[in-house]
Amino acid sequence: MKRSSKGAIAGVGWTPVGAYPGRSAYAFMAEAAASALADAGLTNDDVDGLIVIPSLVQPSIMAAATFIDYFGIRPQRFSSQPGLGGASGCAAIRQAASMIASGQASIVLIVAGDAALSGRPPRSVYAGGDQFEAPYGPFAPALYALYAQRHMHDFGTTPEQLAEVSVACRSHASLNPDAQMRDPITIDDVLSSPMAAEPFRRLHCCLISDGGCAVVLTSAERARDLRRPPVLLLGSGECHTHEKVWRAPDFTSSGAVESGRRAFAEAGLTPADIDVAEIYDCFSITPIILLEDLGFCAKGEGGPFVEGGRIRLGGELPVNTHGGLLSHGQPGMAGGLFHAIEAIVQVRGDAGPRQVEGAEVALAQGNGGIFGTQSTVIVGRDRA
Amino acid sequence: MTEAARPTPAPDPETEPYWEGVQRRELLIPRCKGCGTRWFPPSASCPACSAFDYEWAPASGKGEIVTYTVIHRAPGPAFAERTPYVLAIIQLAEGPRMLTNVVECSPSDVSIGMPVEVTFEEIAPDALVPQFRPLASPQAGKE
Repeated sequence: MKRSSKGAIAGVGWTPVGAYPGRSAYAFMAEAAASALADAGLTNDDVDGLIVIPSLVQPSIMAAATFIDYFGIRPQRFSSQPGLGGASGCAAIRQAASMIASGQASIVLIVAGDAALSGRPPRSVYAGGDQFEAPYGPFAPALYALYAQRHMHDFGTTPEQLAEVSVACRSHASLNPDAQMRDPITIDDVLSSPMAAEPFRRLHCCLISDGGCAVVLTSAERARDLRRPPVLLLGSGECHTHEKVWRAPDFTSSGAVESGRRAFAEAGLTPADIDVAEIYDCFSITPIILLEDLGFCAKGEGGPFVEGGRIRLGGELPVNTHGGLLSHGQPGMAGGLFHAIEAIVQVRGDAGPRQVEGAEVALAQGNGGIFGTQSTVIVGRDRA
Repeated sequence: MTEAARPTPAPDPETEPYWEGVQRRELLIPRCKGCGTRWFPPSASCPACSAFDYEWAPASGKGEIVTYTVIHRAPGPAFAERTPYVLAIIQLAEGPRMLTNVVECSPSDVSIGMPVEVTFEEIAPDALVPQFRPLASPQAGKE
């Protein structure tokens, strides 16, 4: 059966992720953009739409325009800058496809990158700085811990199950030469690392990194004439519920219920059709809650679901095959776009030693704030 | 002073009545004059019915812990001497939720569902912030 698509990925590019001092956020964006355009067999002049996911270290109120100057590119038809935190990457793919499908652009470049490790973002860019929050000493691990503690209380999720998420991501990163942390770890390693905010120890928390990535989208028809076989966007969705953690509708689920439902409906697929899932993993609780919300298991069963090797390579549903934010790295808001890129790389069959055999359909889930913004994309191999 | 200063409240015109109340040891939160909804944080219109007519009304100061964590690694020098400390979301009896510390008890005594009441902590000279502590006698709150 020929798959109907909402657009196609024609190229992807990225830089290695880790500690790369002496480079600006825009240098990572530019290197990734050049690589993605070369992958697609296109040049700067072909791009008529541009989406720039902004840097935390070098914020700009016109990040797309800043990149236009830096890279020497003139998108004649549209540019934009998502403001959805870690959900920005998947949402950008959805927006690019929508602009292409409605005839408002033909080639859209999405870029993201940051020097978050070497460049030290100002504290004010992080959650918890508001006048009703700052006096109480919050920080990101503690704000996500509020979800983890409630999930453990309601469903009996254990620190070992949380640790398994970190261990699985590290085992995948050990197969990815571009990942930041590649030495395998055990559950005991996670549970003996220093306590940050209960139940999270250091190894339950993601990395901070330098790096960048980029994606080129066009129509499926156009993509079939380009350098690489296209990967089709089969479905996508978004749902946004809150900024401040204490305004969240509840503390064991998220808007991924709705963004996932819409993406699966648009694709005409169910979770059983997904061969590999790249799920936002800023902390080890995040994929557990999002896997439930997306329907891979029932609410409350995310802890047992991740056990027994199910989310590792060779398991029933490999998750975060590049290593995720936990081990591949988190270069600011570029982290969420890396999940989408790994989904694309897996569907292409390009993942080398970490390839999920026969992967045809992959899902990527972006998450921003403290579970407040959600975006889903489902991509599949072109069967035309 | 050796300890780094803790962030003190930075009111804006919309939130000034809240912080002025706190300095008098009163917890004031908006109440919609149209539909009666209470909400927090302050905003110009009611999040339930979008009416722009609201008043600042005292809250009971009673509530319960929805979820919490114990912070062992301080996010900055201002909190280093407080570790371990509790960060919690409480739900007021009136409905709205707030982020807070849970004070005047050991972190190991804190649990989800625990009844709490407001207290006021002076974090700098003339700078009070609301905090929550275990309700002295849970039955007293149900009179």
